[in-house]
Amino acid sequence: MNDEAVANERPTALLPGQQDHEAEDCPVFNVQNLTKHFRLRGGPIGGKRAYVQAVDRISFSVSKGETLGIVGESGCGKSTTARLLMRLIEPDEGTMLLDGQGVGGVNGISIRQLRHQVQMVFQDSYASLNPRHTATEEVSFGLVAQGVARSEAQRRANDMLDLVGLDPRVFADRYPHELSGGQRQRVNIARALAIDPRVLILDEAVSALDKSIEAQVLNLLVDIKQRLELTYIFISHDLNVVKFISDRVLVMYLGKVVEIGPVEKIYESAGHPYTRALIASRLSMDPSRRLDAAPVAGDLPSPIDPPSGCRFRTRCPIAESVCELHEPPLGVIAGDRRHVAACHALSMASGHSLAQASSGQTFSHSEV
Amino acid sequence: MGSLITDSSQAAMGAVAQPVRIQFTYWQGVGRRLTRDPISMVCASILVLLVLAAVFAPLIAPMDPYKSSILNRLKPFGTPGHLLGTDELGRDMLSRLIYGGRISLVMGLLPITVATFCGSILGIVAGFFGGKTNMVIMRITDVFFAFPSVLLAVGIAGALGAGPVNVLVSLSLVFTPPITRVAEAATTQIRNQDFIEAARATGASAPRIIVGHVLTNVTSLILTYASSLIGVSIVLAAGLSFLGLGLAPPTADWGLMLNTLRPSIYLAPVICVTPGILILITSICFNLLSDGLRTSMEVKP
Repeated sequence: MNDEAVANERPTALLPGQQDHEAEDCPVFNVQNLTKHFRLRGGPIGGKRAYVQAVDRISFSVSKGETLGIVGESGCGKSTTARLLMRLIEPDEGTMLLDGQGVGGVNGISIRQLRHQVQMVFQDSYASLNPRHTATEEVSFGLVAQGVARSEAQRRANDMLDLVGLDPRVFADRYPHELSGGQRQRVNIARALAIDPRVLILDEAVSALDKSIEAQVLNLLVDIKQRLELTYIFISHDLNVVKFISDRVLVMYLGKVVEIGPVEKIYESAGHPYTRALIASRLSMDPSRRLDAAPVAGDLPSPIDPPSGCRFRTRCPIAESVCELHEPPLGVIAGDRRHVAACHALSMASGHSLAQASSGQTFSHSEV
Repeated sequence: MGSLITDSSQAAMGAVAQPVRIQFTYWQGVGRRLTRDPISMVCASILVLLVLAAVFAPLIAPMDPYKSSILNRLKPFGTPGHLLGTDELGRDMLSRLIYGGRISLVMGLLPITVATFCGSILGIVAGFFGGKTNMVIMRITDVFFAFPSVLLAVGIAGALGAGPVNVLVSLSLVFTPPITRVAEAATTQIRNQDFIEAARATGASAPRIIVGHVLTNVTSLILTYASSLIGVSIVLAAGLSFLGLGLAPPTADWGLMLNTLRPSIYLAPVICVTPGILILITSICFNLLSDGLRTSMEVKP
């Protein structure tokens, strides 16, 4: 059985986490098998074409009003995922449903409509603002592009600046270089909110800010989310920030989803060895709990030629031969259908030696 | 933090809408800064004077620029009746210089304007869309780069035949590729910036992004480069006239005057260089003005 067979075996419509959510409340976003492989140039004599498997068949859903945190190392495909969701890059495969409607298909909603509903805040607050635009111009640009009259767009832009805590009387005419990092990121948030979206994708939106400003912007985001009833997809490499803001957390490794679960489950009883290592790598405020050895050794393997079977096996402390042969599917952990992980050690059927030993954890495949 | 946004968003929106304030757009700001720059204003005034003199030449010129007098050849500056002396055929230099501005300014400005327009469009399209579009446009441009600009101008003008219109056409063709290249390089540089991606994310179409985000960032570079070509264009037009591909000798034109006065350089050097000095002043003024324009388009202090 090769990778593909395993993937095909998994019925796409029945991912456990999302099934439950559909029952509770309809998911805003539903992503199935989203894939993006970037083509690299072939060799000089037309050698084998290489692909960077940036995002490889990931599936997840986001419920209305929740915050989904996406974490992972640099280069694991977090930002590519964000850009795929915004359709800033075209996916190779996979379907995206927004409120149950397909995106970009024949019957679905257009990319333009998608961008009415979903907006994004970028990491680099300076590069994501046009140096030649004032704050108001920048925020109103998208509105004007969507057909709002210029004066009305300016008025709405000023309202948005006020909403994110920038007094338009002071900041409306300021250029990006006249703003601090935190203020710039507020302008970026205002620009995204001006479109009146329902989902906001925050791609490392606070990572470049210093700690005190980061806290302010995070509070602002939490506040705005409640007032405007938004849904967040919060991408970050900072585990503490993700823990603070998220309801659920999705862990990515080398273009794959390795674990999805409620924030407390991920941080306290993670199923996947990678998630456990990631959580353990957080710095402690207590000097007596100093980390002596790195929880995960080595670097990410190359996404051009990822390891066979489980992609984490090259760095995994409990890897066995089965991990090399088969790619583990996402399976439910401890009977909680909201919590899924992709690890053979959690699956009785996999033949992994630790699977039987796992104390009390009843594991069932998603198709059950 | 919470104190900044205390009331509901509806109330906040209503409250801020009150103070009506004038918001300057980017271009208004540029104009304001430019008019406050003394060097730019001096250069602009000189250029305005030159243009006005050329437009109203028949009213200003003291004498007929084509009336020759064999007895009054190569008179020095300050000769009674001839303020700037006379040329090798005894024609009044001042009148000829005033009339010459008409053709020289057109020869300098028109091809560059056309080339800037075409080159910017080609370069921005190539830079913004990239890929195959870029390759097609830039490889065609590269063909033009294979020839020295003078040779290319001579070749095109020669193929089209003599005459001022053909000179304008050939100069426009000669100056389009370098401007295309500058526009392409500038566009490629900013096309991958996050703010372009953010604008796409807000649902803006490609033409709107080009006008709203690309143009504001590349115009200053293109304009600065293009204005430096104005002087070259005047001289190149003169060279074409010299080869018999442009204007015929009696015509008053700065470049052509330089050529016809050339043999007299040992007899009356000052008279000979006067048209050249005017070309120099014109191109320096355009250069400094474009410098000022670039500075005022630079938002950073």
